[in-house]
Amino acid sequence: MRKYTSVRAFRDRISFLLDRKAITFHVISLLLLGVIFLISVGMGEQLFSPWKALNIMLGNGSSFESLIVQSFRMPRILISILVGISLAVAGAILQAILRNPLASPDVTGITGGASVAVVLFLAIFSNESNALTVSIHWMPLAAFIGATIVAILLYLLAWKNGLSSFRLVLIGIGLWALTKALTNLFMIIGPIHQAAQANVWITGSVYGANWNNVQILAPLTLVLLIIVFIMTRHLNIQELGEDIALGVGARIERQRFGLLLLSTALIGSSVAFAGGIGFVGLMAPHIARKLVGSSFGNLLPLSAIIGAILVLLADTIGRTVFLPLEIPAGVFTAAIGAPYFIYLLYRQRNA
Amino acid sequence: MVLHSVKSKYFGLIIGLLLLILFNFLSIILGYTDITIQTVIESFTNFNGSNEHIIIQDVRIPRALIATTVGASLGIAGALLQALTRNPLASPDILGFNAGASFSIVVALMLFSVSSLQATTWIAFVGATIAGLLVYFLGSIGRDGMTPIKMTLAGAAIAALFGSLTQGLLVMDESALDQVLFWMSGSVQGRKLEILLAVLPYLVIGLVIAISISNKINILMMGEDVAKGLGQRTLIVKLITGLSVVLLAGGSVAIAGPIGFIGIVVPHVVKSIAGNDYRWIIPYSGIVGGVFLLMADIGARYVLMPEEVPVGIMTALVGTPFFIYIARKGGKLA
Repeated sequence: MRKYTSVRAFRDRISFLLDRKAITFHVISLLLLGVIFLISVGMGEQLFSPWKALNIMLGNGSSFESLIVQSFRMPRILISILVGISLAVAGAILQAILRNPLASPDVTGITGGASVAVVLFLAIFSNESNALTVSIHWMPLAAFIGATIVAILLYLLAWKNGLSSFRLVLIGIGLWALTKALTNLFMIIGPIHQAAQANVWITGSVYGANWNNVQILAPLTLVLLIIVFIMTRHLNIQELGEDIALGVGARIERQRFGLLLLSTALIGSSVAFAGGIGFVGLMAPHIARKLVGSSFGNLLPLSAIIGAILVLLADTIGRTVFLPLEIPAGVFTAAIGAPYFIYLLYRQRNA
Repeated sequence: MVLHSVKSKYFGLIIGLLLLILFNFLSIILGYTDITIQTVIESFTNFNGSNEHIIIQDVRIPRALIATTVGASLGIAGALLQALTRNPLASPDILGFNAGASFSIVVALMLFSVSSLQATTWIAFVGATIAGLLVYFLGSIGRDGMTPIKMTLAGAAIAALFGSLTQGLLVMDESALDQVLFWMSGSVQGRKLEILLAVLPYLVIGLVIAISISNKINILMMGEDVAKGLGQRTLIVKLITGLSVVLLAGGSVAIAGPIGFIGIVVPHVVKSIAGNDYRWIIPYSGIVGGVFLLMADIGARYVLMPEEVPVGIMTALVGTPFFIYIARKGGKLA
């Protein structure tokens, strides 16, 4: 039995390696996600066992039970999963093209850029009674534009005879601070002047998610993921470094720019609906890399699943453990993610 | 360096002081309620209890004085920190002082229901110091010692960690949020003069230490080996410098909440004016810091008139491009 299987399709346009060990990890993590999903559906002020939760979802519950599950818990859980996937995949792409293990959507200020855009969008397109004057469908686009502007700025400012990965992170932190200040500024202008509510959104929370959000986010994420999947082989080449990538004939700048846009689109769409849930884009790819190595055919899907697990877990704990209070999911991801970042820093101390 | 001779440096210092007084004055008369110079003088000589006089005495003057003090303290603390860490990106907020102080105050308010002014001040000190030491330690691990990059990254991580913990605590207790949010916005507005007076002794001690040690810092800046060769006990000098930083920066955070980037911008501006002698850098940093914060605070009143922007946002908007500029230059000193 061979350890690796290569998959090629469409005249080698799509190609990646599958490895047996990786498949095992995928199955295990998917099962884990399924279990957490069921537990999450059952948890809340109305407690259901995971088994009962499954039954309710299949339509065998009372109308009250299915109302709770279908209208309140499901959209929130689905948004958590979608956001987790988007952030994790975006983080993995960023780490590959910036060739920097410390790069993550938040530390580089890209999440912040999306936040600024969303707050500005709300400030411009709201009337006095806090109702949106344009369709909420445009919000992900605004977030995407904000994220992209910051990403391009980051790239340009960090460019000085090539990209030094440390300069890039340093400038990213500067942009992060700048976007934080701008977000606060526009929050004062805008309609989200209720500080407590705004605080929750900035920290990152899927509170108040509804089916409408899912309908926008799900197709968007799916399309983006398919494009990322097609680009996998470019990602693998990007990680080899500039010289080798050029040597094997990659159009490196063009691909890198395309990949950057993909990651900002993923970040933008998730920030639009969940705010800045921090450090998921940092942790998930790292955990996945530890398990299956750095070939992106394995790494991307596993990162996505782990990202979904992280956000779903954080949100489930946040909305159940401290009842009747809700803790934003972003608090937990940052509370785990920041020490993890410090650990990575420690590991890199002699680099 | 613009000013070369000693005479011109004294001259510059006097101009700076005059500017400081001018901006104090502008800070008193400019704002939503414009006030004439005559009214200001009258409010001292012949207080009649009118609205304008009350605004001058209770709002504008404390605000101007607090902006001056906090700006000066943060400027000097930044200069000392950059010397201590040999890192042009060092400043109290990058080292996590703000995040640590915010976190400790929220914890004290919620878990121990501390509310006295004196106690809050001390708690802010302790929190700021702990966070600063953590970042200093994390930034120094590894073979090549402390580098600007490691320190900044460690600071960002610690700030994110404390920030999220603070956020989590605040969500759990909304009444604490009301009390703390005002303080956390980073502003010199609405602070009472009593807060300034409570912290002033620490700031003065910090300032005296900074001035008296500036000669030793000059020697330290020649390099650790040279300083030791000249008979300096470098560890003691560093510790005393650190104490001064904690007093100045911690005191500022306790008064005004998190106001960032003054500690980065000011020393760089000062070095381009007055050179690398810390006997000059310290007083110049104080004056430039005070002027800078007064200017930012006056600007904060006009950006979104009639609403006010917390001055911390203003300093961040001005300071981050500066930060990025220095980072691009490879973290080298000007």
